[in-house]
Amino acid sequence: MIEFKNLHKRFGKLTVLDGLDLSIKEGGIFAILGPNGSGKTTLIKCLLGMVIPQKGAITYNNKSVLRKWDYRNDLNYLPQIANFPPNLTVIELIQMVKNLRPKESNEQVLIDLFGLNDSLQKKLGTLSGGTKQKVNIVLTFMFDSHLIILDEPTNGLDPIALIHLKELIQKEKAKGKTILITTHIMSFVNEVADEIVFILDGNIYFKGSIEDLKKQTKNDNLEHAIANLISKQYA
Amino acid sequence: MLKILKYSFYDLMRSRWSYVYFIFYLLLGFVLLFLNNDVSKAVITLMNIIIVLTPLIGTIFGVMYYYNSKEFTELLLAQPINRSKIFMGQYLGISLSLTLSLVLGLGIPFMAYGLFKSAAIFDFSLLLVVGSFLNFIFVALSYNIALSTENKIKGFGYAILMWLFFAVIYDGIFLISLVMFDEYPLDKFSLIATMFNPIDLSRILILLKLDISALLGYTGAIFRKFFGTNIGMLLSMSILVMWVILPVIRMNLKLRKKDF
Repeated sequence: MIEFKNLHKRFGKLTVLDGLDLSIKEGGIFAILGPNGSGKTTLIKCLLGMVIPQKGAITYNNKSVLRKWDYRNDLNYLPQIANFPPNLTVIELIQMVKNLRPKESNEQVLIDLFGLNDSLQKKLGTLSGGTKQKVNIVLTFMFDSHLIILDEPTNGLDPIALIHLKELIQKEKAKGKTILITTHIMSFVNEVADEIVFILDGNIYFKGSIEDLKKQTKNDNLEHAIANLISKQYA
Repeated sequence: MLKILKYSFYDLMRSRWSYVYFIFYLLLGFVLLFLNNDVSKAVITLMNIIIVLTPLIGTIFGVMYYYNSKEFTELLLAQPINRSKIFMGQYLGISLSLTLSLVLGLGIPFMAYGLFKSAAIFDFSLLLVVGSFLNFIFVALSYNIALSTENKIKGFGYAILMWLFFAVIYDGIFLISLVMFDEYPLDKFSLIATMFNPIDLSRILILLKLDISALLGYTGAIFRKFFGTNIGMLLSMSILVMWVILPVIRMNLKLRKKDF
């Protein structure tokens, strides 16, 4: 479904992606992991067309995505930091995003689920970080798209919202969607991910299921297995 | 693009600063007209204020809006919309809301004064047109600076420097070079030098219209001598248009390669 070929990206002198190859097939939850600054977000942003790679190709459903924009109608993206225009109200923002995408949306179900009904008329500037993240999640999940990309989705969420988010992710997976998640919270990965993509120094260092990873590193605990992967590289 | 424009515009129209800006012009208009009683003097005073203030406010609003809405712009970039449409929408949203503050803020006191019947209506509308141009020009310039500068503080600094350069430093250099080279024919030089500064250009545009250009300085006199009032007006207007178009083109070129 998604194909990255020989992807290179440099920011000035800093090489972030160094000839990365990755293919992701349709359906399932993929956790993109790696230490800070390993290129997770850059990889995702390349796919979204926000970062333009120096070299390489990215295809989505066998069509190149570089310098295109219409393919984004078939993907939902949850950005890492939720920061919205402070003078718009929540409902206006939702209407605006709906307005920008010619697609069916089911925002009311999600608003009920996350208990946002009381906040709809509030200005976005007055909301707390967690509530903003909930709005962010509503905006991401209200459209029916084949690909969902979540960048640190658990940021600032309370336990109840976190449970709802996990349910939501499982529900989307059951519909056969492809979900990419980046996170640093290993228990979350352990719970939801089908496959792990581990990025280190701008390249894929490991790709496979959680079981494979545990077997390869001879470690029963995912957190330690990942730590093992990182330290092996540094050793 | 229109949708983005609409929301940027609403967002700004609801911010406190748009009101402060609007009320400032409203007060200024009332005070100058009703305490002065001489319309042409009021227009000149207004000109002096508008020519310095609109570029400053345009510059500050431009950089501020860009950096403040950065994360939101990233959300928009992930939507199925063309990049340049997002930024053009934002750019027009800021410029239009500032222009609205200016036009309404000064227009209301002038209407209350009953200027629709007087001959000064042309001078006054020219003032508003030039002010609007300056808004569009300086928001475009500051957006260019913000797009090219990742660091917020640096971007802000460069933008203020840019304004300072056009509003103060440029004139200083210009005057010094006139004094230094006063043994040479400087007509063409001063004419061309004026075109490279939108603030100077706007000033001359208004002075030409007010028919006092010969009294009010060297460049004004040259403009009048060379072009006569109508052609001079047309030329300066088209150069102002270029001052909007060129930064907008540069913005679009920059956007093609920019990473977010």
